[in-house]
Amino acid sequence: MTLPGDWEMVVGLEVHTELKTNTKMFCGCANSFGSQPNTNVCPVCLGLPGSLPVLNERAIEFAMAIGIALHCTIAPSTFHRKNYFYPDMPKDFQISQYDLPINSNGYLDLPDGSRISVERAHMEEDTGKSTHLGGSGRIHGADRSLVDYNRSGVPLVEIVSGPDIRNSAQARAYASELRGILIATGASDGRMEEGSMRIDANVSVRKPGKPFGTRCEIKNLNSLRSLQRAIDYEALRQIEVIEDGGVIRQETRHWDENTETTSTMRTKEEAEDYRYFREPDLVDLDPDQVWQDRVREAMGPMPAQRRRELVGRFSSPTDAQLDAIEVVIDLSLDRLVMTAIDEKVDPNLAVARAANELAGGLGGIANLTSDAFTTTLRMEEAGELSATQAKAVLGELLAAGGEPRAIAAAMGFEQLSSDSLGATIGELIAQHGDEWARYCEGDEKLAQFFIGLVMKLTKGQANGKAVIAELQKRR
Amino acid sequence: MSSPLSRDEVAHVARLARLKLTNEELDLFTEQLGAVLEHATDMQSLNLEGVVPTAHPFGLINVVRADVVRPSLDHQAVMAMAPDVEDGRFAVPRIMGEAP
Repeated sequence: MTLPGDWEMVVGLEVHTELKTNTKMFCGCANSFGSQPNTNVCPVCLGLPGSLPVLNERAIEFAMAIGIALHCTIAPSTFHRKNYFYPDMPKDFQISQYDLPINSNGYLDLPDGSRISVERAHMEEDTGKSTHLGGSGRIHGADRSLVDYNRSGVPLVEIVSGPDIRNSAQARAYASELRGILIATGASDGRMEEGSMRIDANVSVRKPGKPFGTRCEIKNLNSLRSLQRAIDYEALRQIEVIEDGGVIRQETRHWDENTETTSTMRTKEEAEDYRYFREPDLVDLDPDQVWQDRVREAMGPMPAQRRRELVGRFSSPTDAQLDAIEVVIDLSLDRLVMTAIDEKVDPNLAVARAANELAGGLGGIANLTSDAFTTTLRMEEAGELSATQAKAVLGELLAAGGEPRAIAAAMGFEQLSSDSLGATIGELIAQHGDEWARYCEGDEKLAQFFIGLVMKLTKGQANGKAVIAELQKRR
Repeated sequence: MSSPLSRDEVAHVARLARLKLTNEELDLFTEQLGAVLEHATDMQSLNLEGVVPTAHPFGLINVVRADVVRPSLDHQAVMAMAPDVEDGRFAVPRIMGEAP
């Protein structure tokens, strides 16, 4: 979207990600989504008097991995108490890194070549989860709320970008690439719909070369699509206010998914006073080089490198192929695809089957071994399976796992071996002598006529290429 | 010597902490907290050139625990602490504003 006149938008994103640790940040309660309410709670995460926090080693390692992937400096860091009262936070303070975050001064390179700075990526704890009853389910209009503290104390890393983003597509690309990085580090599952990755967008507008305008922070962005739409809406809203002679107030705004508008949540007329002070129950964090190197060495390749490697297997990829490659990287299907390509499967076929068939059945991806994926594609390339059959075999592999040849046999696909195909075609030639004669005289259009008949007889299970090969052999 | 802390500042901090103080208490705490702060300002008379700030009396760093699940509290025992329970969760009165 382009903004009217010569307006320019300035966007910075704050991305919170829950870490995929076994336990919470400061206690040994299980960090698991979807448990019965208030079953993963203890004196520490309920804020009971006398309880003491102890840092989760794995959470620190995930935070470092995120920092390393974002080219940050890992520095000695400390924890503070951010004091405020809210029902989802039983201690009445959130433990967070404040002036000395573990990671600072990094950057993220986007696929289009632009670079977005990362100011910091610090550790903090999540709050409990409130459900508002009565009214619309939002806080306004509710008559009471229910709180589940299972999420209280779940480890988070907050990644704060610089105000470097200039349009909503770039914001989306940043969030998408960051999500891929978080998944690649193993730190996060990147599930925005479950709230394990949450984005707030700071949006302002200005004329080129002018100082930054007053920004508004948009919350409740639950998908990349919402992020993009909300930013566009908000920038246009601000321009309209300014052009009508108004001023933008610094405030927090709520994105409404249904109306696709933002509305005031909270104004920031009074600067927040959280009385930050050092958490006296935690000591400094200062990971030495040995620890940092251990984390670095355990990290796999990041999406940018994996994308480069996969693109490198195509001599000159088309836009459609690049799109499919993007899907493959985004869904972490590239290891399967690269294995198949290494086994001499056509890169285009491997990427296409992954981006379409596998992408459609991700729930069962654990059932599919790279051997099975490769074997299925080689069977398709050898003409043992038609495209339709190969897709069906992949579907079955995703649903229940197994061995492709056995699945093909069980599905009756083996009957279409060249012997039975030859017999079918022999019969059709006998029944359609005129058409066959014209085909033999060079009327290539009639190949389609015969393919159509074969498909009809085999209920679509024949391989078109194999039919043509058989016809040509007999001509 | 003027007090290092004003009465308004004490009232502000009390409001942030959701403490309701009487006028007498405000006077008392302004004086008492002022004495504490005055003690801290003694530090400023020292020559601290080259001294690294210390925020913790222990010389420890990187105190961590392994990421291993330990038993949580019994659900019934937890809910027994709540003034009001609904659907296995803590029921709280209407919340008047969004979280920060």
